[in-house]
This record gives sequence, structure tokens and C-alpha cells, in this order.
Amino acid sequence: MFLKEYFGTIFRSVRSLLKGMKLTGYYFTHPKEIHTEEYPDNRATLQMFDRFKGEVVMPHDDNNEHRCTGCQACEIACPNGTIKIITKQELQPDGKKKKAIDTFVYHLELCTMCNLCVVACPSDAIVMAQTFEHSVYDKKQLKKVLNKPGSKIMEGVE
Amino acid sequence: MSLLGEDIMTEEGEFVINIGPQHPSTHGVLHLKVWLDGEMIKKVQPHLGYIHRSIEKMSESLSYRNFIYATSRMDYLSAHINNQACALCVEKGLQVEVPPRAQIIRILMAELTRLSSHQLWWGCTGLDLGAVTPFFYAFREREAVLAIMEESCGARLTQNYCVPGGVMYDIHPNFQNRVKDVIKQIKSKFQEYDDILSGNVIFEQRTKGVGYLSPEDAVSFGCTGPTARGSGVSCDVRKWFPYDGYEKVQFKEILETGGDCYARYMVRMAEMKQSVYIIEQLIDHIPEGDFQAKTKAVIKLPKGEFYQRVETARGELGVYIVSDGAASPYRIKYRSPNFSNLSALGHMATGSKIGDLVAIMATIDLVIPDVDR
Repeated sequence: MFLKEYFGTIFRSVRSLLKGMKLTGYYFTHPKEIHTEEYPDNRATLQMFDRFKGEVVMPHDDNNEHRCTGCQACEIACPNGTIKIITKQELQPDGKKKKAIDTFVYHLELCTMCNLCVVACPSDAIVMAQTFEHSVYDKKQLKKVLNKPGSKIMEGVE
Repeated sequence: MSLLGEDIMTEEGEFVINIGPQHPSTHGVLHLKVWLDGEMIKKVQPHLGYIHRSIEKMSESLSYRNFIYATSRMDYLSAHINNQACALCVEKGLQVEVPPRAQIIRILMAELTRLSSHQLWWGCTGLDLGAVTPFFYAFREREAVLAIMEESCGARLTQNYCVPGGVMYDIHPNFQNRVKDVIKQIKSKFQEYDDILSGNVIFEQRTKGVGYLSPEDAVSFGCTGPTARGSGVSCDVRKWFPYDGYEKVQFKEILETGGDCYARYMVRMAEMKQSVYIIEQLIDHIPEGDFQAKTKAVIKLPKGEFYQRVETARGELGVYIVSDGAASPYRIKYRSPNFSNLSALGHMATGSKIGDLVAIMATIDLVIPDVDR
């Protein structure tokens, strides 16, 4: 009785090990079922999802115009103080003064990609870009100005 | 020869060693001080505070929309469920009806999160006990689940998809097809999981009868989630205090009576199948409509106290908000599952061998940022 149990245990143990080995052996002989992504070799063809939150950018059109009115809704919505908007008073052609952005400062090093600023923006001026390779040698390079030099606000955006 | 102000060798001849805070098997910066008699564990004392970020205090200066993102960094493996808990608590204060579409999306995402969390746990348990291959098999399916998250929420782990009133934006048009594909793939792989690890003789020898936790102790230590359910304590918040429409979904609460590492392992393995079952019920029945209820631009909760509990992948997460009527909370307290589960570790490990400590830690499924917050 003891011997039967003894050899039974050995038999079951070996069988359980072989069962596992069969599975690993299957994948060893079927390399096509192995899932690997060859980053960074596939950089040229790598396509991120369109909603992927990489960094905040401000799209400009061909005339170097953006949609930001400088209302600072994103600055209030940001939990980390990532966005700082410096505004100026711009003289309109009709002589009136109007608030406009001078610099839109974005601290990438503070950003947690929570998307709250993009949701808060009433004029869709900022969006999330799909870039993700943000490593730099100096922290100062992570402080970005999103509005391009010489850019203006788009016609009709209030 | 001193170690944290004490001798390495105590007067009774017990040897004191430190496991962590930089040990790979502690899954983060957990520091365990262990008193040993030969190979037998006499006492375990966790030291906390290595990854404390004062999320609770920080939330007091943030608005009700803004504090939610920080909870993704607590239990980062069930980030969506943490966000959901906060959103639900704020909704409770505001008395906002969440649209049915948003509720279903939230449940689907929560179950996908649970699935991905358990898959990572399964791989890491194998890794902790010396089996490297399961880790790669687990990550193969987990990657597919995270791709769903990335497509719809925009991020893989720290999604910040839940907002007070619903979800931040609608699901991606591809969502349903992708979920169906992934569910099909995962279902076909459950047998592989059992073949390679569950039935393995070495794994069974290392987990069966190790780290016993009696139901009474599980209750008295405040254990929740699979840790308590492995001891036969029924504590699934989704069953007992349904939220976000879990009462309309059919699923079983998994209970095992073993109380050892193997029982906790089996609970999680069965929970994965239940998560898949829940997703299968809902994926074809996402109702049309709004994905977000209308809320004011500046949310102000009425004066009072609000508490909401949810079932994360590790147990019961409680969010307690005290409001004084202002735009930011007066006080926030999180009752995190890992903190309570960790407290039972010393009790479970006392009397077992030093090698079993890793097995016990693996089956409690600790996430250290959730312990410290």
C-alpha cells in the first residue's frame, strides 16, 4: 500500500512536469506564435493609438494661427501646475484692446497626462500628441512653449 | 553590530535580517524585518513609508475633478477601479444619476482592469516561486488587455478615465470588436495557465498548507478581497454593496476554504473566469445614450461626510470624503486593501520557513504604493 502511494506520487509529479514541458515545447517549436514588438527597430512603422496621451501640443494651421484665447481654463483644470499662460493686451485694428496669449508654457516634467486640460479647453486649442520619447539630457529642455513664435489667434475663435 | 538600533543577534539567539526595501520579490519598496531561528520565522515586522507621497493631504488642496487622477498612483494595477471609487463618492455627494451607458462602460473597464491585474499577479507569483515562463505567458494576454485600455482611455495603466458623472469620453468605435477578440484569446489560454502552473507538482508543494489564515483571523485583521475569500470569508463588495449596476450582472463570488496560499491562488484563477463572464454578458448590451451626466463646472459637495466602497483587484477600497461645502475636500481618507492585507502577513508567516515568506507575499498580491499612499 505504501509502495503504491509512493510510486503513484512520483508518477503524478512527473506527469505534471511533462504537461508543463509540453506547453513550453509547443511554443519553442512554433516561433510564429511568439508575440514580440521589436522596438526601437520598428520606429518607422510604429503606430500609436489616436487617443494615446503622450504630451500636450497646440496645433497651428498653415498661416501660423492657433485657437487659444488665453482664457486659462486649462491652467485652472491642471492639478499639478503644469501649464502657465502669460497673457498680453493686443491692439485690434479697430483700436480696441483684446486679451491674447503671449507665451503658453508647458512643463512636461510635471505633466501626468491626465487629459483634464484638453477636456477643459472651450475652444479646442490644445490636444494630446502621440509622441512618447521624451527623454532629454537637461531638465530645462522639458519646459516647452506651445505657441509658435509670431503666431496669432485664428479668425472667429472667441 | 547594530541594525536599526538593535543587535543582529537577539539574546534568545534569533537572527534578525532585513528583506527589502530593494528586494525584487517584495514587488516594490516593502521593507520587512524578519526574526529567524535557523530557517524558521519567529516574527515579521513591516516597515512602511518608503513611497509615501501624501496623496490624501495633497487632495485637500485640489478640486473634486482634479483629485481623482492621483488615485491612479495608489494601486496602479487597478487604477481604473480606484478612479471609479472616487467618482462614485463625489457622485454620492452631488446626488447625480450616472447614465446607464457610462455605468456599463465603467463595469467593463473595471473587469478588464481586474483581469489584467490578476494576469500580472499570476505571472509574478510564478516568478517569485522560481518559474520564469508563466511570466511571459501572462504578459502576452495582459498586453492585449492593455491595448484596449490604451485605445479607449489613452493610457495603459494610469487611465484617469472616470470623472464625476460618468466617463471622460466615449469608448472607441473599435472597442467592442477588440474586447471580443481579446476575450476569445484569453479564454483559450486558461487551460495553459492550469497546465503550466496550477497542476505543477513543485508549485503545489510550495503553496499547499503554507501561510494558513483562519477565517476568524482574516476578519480580525481586516483582510478583504481574494486574501479573505481564500479563507472562506464572503466579502465581495460587488455582491454585498453593489455599485454602478453590478446588481444587474450575474457572477459568482469565489470562495475557497483552504486558507493557504493555494486557496488564495485558486480564488484569483477563478475570478479571472468570472471577470470574463461579466464582460461577455455586457459587451453586446452597451446601451445608447450619454456617456457623462451634466455636472457644474465647479463641483461643490454639500456639507457632510460621504463614504463609498468598491472591490478592487486586491480587496475593498473605501473612499471617505469630509466636505465643508467648499470646492475642495476638507479631508480625504482612503481605506486601502493592501494595508490591511499586509497586516496579516506577520501572522501568516510566523512559524513557516523563510522561503515560504515569498510565497505568502506573492499570494497576498501586495502593491506597495497602495500601502503607503
